[in-house]
Amino acid sequence: MNTLVDKIMNNNIPVYTDNDPQEELVTLNLGPTHPATHGVFQNVLQMDGERIVSGVSTIGYIHRAFEKIAEHRPFYQITPLTDRLNYCSSPINNMGWHMTVEKLLNIQMPKRVDYLRVIVMELARISDHIICNTIIAQDTGATTTFLYLFQFREHIYEIYEEVCGARLTTNIGRIGGFERDFNEIAFAKINKFLKEFPVALREFESLLNRNRIFIDRTAGVACVTAETALDYSWSGPLLRATGVDYDVRVSDPYSSYQDFDFDVPVGTSGDIYDRYLVRNEEMWQSVRLIEQAMEKLKNEPPHIFHADVPDFYLPPKEQVYNNMEALIYHFKIVMGEIDAPKAEVYHAVEGGNGELGFYLINDGGRTPYRLHFRRPSFINYQMYAPMSKGMLLSDAIINMSSMNIIAGELDA
Amino acid sequence: MVEETNHDLVTLLSERFGEKIKGVNEPYGLLTFETTKDVIIDVLRFLKEDANAAFNYLTDLTAVHYPEKAAIAVVYHLYNMVGKIRIRVKVFLHENHPDIPTATVLWNGANWMERETYDLFGVKFEGHPDLRRILNMDELNVHPMLKQYPLEDPNRVDKKDEYFGR
Repeated sequence: MNTLVDKIMNNNIPVYTDNDPQEELVTLNLGPTHPATHGVFQNVLQMDGERIVSGVSTIGYIHRAFEKIAEHRPFYQITPLTDRLNYCSSPINNMGWHMTVEKLLNIQMPKRVDYLRVIVMELARISDHIICNTIIAQDTGATTTFLYLFQFREHIYEIYEEVCGARLTTNIGRIGGFERDFNEIAFAKINKFLKEFPVALREFESLLNRNRIFIDRTAGVACVTAETALDYSWSGPLLRATGVDYDVRVSDPYSSYQDFDFDVPVGTSGDIYDRYLVRNEEMWQSVRLIEQAMEKLKNEPPHIFHADVPDFYLPPKEQVYNNMEALIYHFKIVMGEIDAPKAEVYHAVEGGNGELGFYLINDGGRTPYRLHFRRPSFINYQMYAPMSKGMLLSDAIINMSSMNIIAGELDA
Repeated sequence: MVEETNHDLVTLLSERFGEKIKGVNEPYGLLTFETTKDVIIDVLRFLKEDANAAFNYLTDLTAVHYPEKAAIAVVYHLYNMVGKIRIRVKVFLHENHPDIPTATVLWNGANWMERETYDLFGVKFEGHPDLRRILNMDELNVHPMLKQYPLEDPNRVDKKDEYFGR
């Protein structure tokens, strides 16, 4: 028995056995598709009864070579690729990419655009956290909460639909602003959301926060210390649950986040319950941010939805057909004749799961010379197999839901 | 403020490593410098553990292929959480024998980042505990992010690089 355990622990290649479970370890192949993993993840686990002795994660099942594709696409055609990273909060990815290019081109955005972006990004953060927290509840056996809060994700998607026409893979906004102004219906839907969502979130919390079964399943499970989390380059709510107050919105503000008043919630023990609480509190803070942004919009000149950069921002279609100058700009932008500086730039935004970074190297060509995505799910997930050692299988399942690993972001 | 800190950092590094710190510049305020692979772990350890540098967080690790220089650059992004400063460290390797010591001795988080870099660029991280492919299948016999591998079928006439600015 000991020799087999040693062999498995010292060798990361999965060992398949068909031994008698009474005497030997059992190999459990969890995934690649399994209802409890909410995505394409394979983990080959060595089980001693209910306990995990060791595990090997295999990823890459939906690797789509986005970094290679991006080297062959003009800047504006890369936005739809970023949609498909973390598809639960696509607008944050889109905005992060736009802001990376704007940083490269030194474009200053009007305040109103920044505030509109904050609204969209915080809605995306709420929809991301809704998915994660309701799925923790679902995996601990609370289906009601899952179905109850999930309808607000639908309301958020309706707001996206008003703004950009799409729901899941949004391709929202353009380099230099938004493709169109928010209409009256969009603002009405945001106001309706701000009125109804806090009521539902409060009810959601009252169903779970002090629920004995939920606390027994989550508190003290998968504790992570701040040192370990930093050693593994964790970011986002997972890192904050361990007590480190690192939030890109505060430490490296973008899109005028410095104008807003909001708190960065932190946990203490880094366990699943803390992660749940941190995400819930972040939803409250997001609501606060959207309310402040709506208030700030009233003091901004109306109908400004993009920066005045004709070299990079597509002119309206009717002008392209009737106006020579607009036609020239349209042609130059679409054919990639713009002069972008030969430079390299790193820009990070706070995504739903942590620091989403874009490392862009431009050589003056039409396409990036190199584009690298720093994907929080990819970096967070590498600790999953080591931290599962010694854990019960049912705890490991909730641990995975609480890490909110999105397969698209994991594999790029 | 940022410029002053960057200046101090360069002085600090030059005192410690002298000639090994090259090509210092600051694109968009982010201090960038090059070093060599024989001292890279010492440089990273110094940046991580020295009280005046304190870059305790490995943000990102990736590589870039420059075929015209016959080089692959390994790029580290580090972050100082107290001073809120980023720093970028580059090491240029020859494309025919890209090997470099592993950073997993300093950060466990470097493990998968290095596996990804190995998978996509073929950079061999010496001393890495588990250097296997991570995103692509094990049977793949190329490192697909290298520039010699085209994205599209090379026989197609409508997808030539010249149409994409290259």
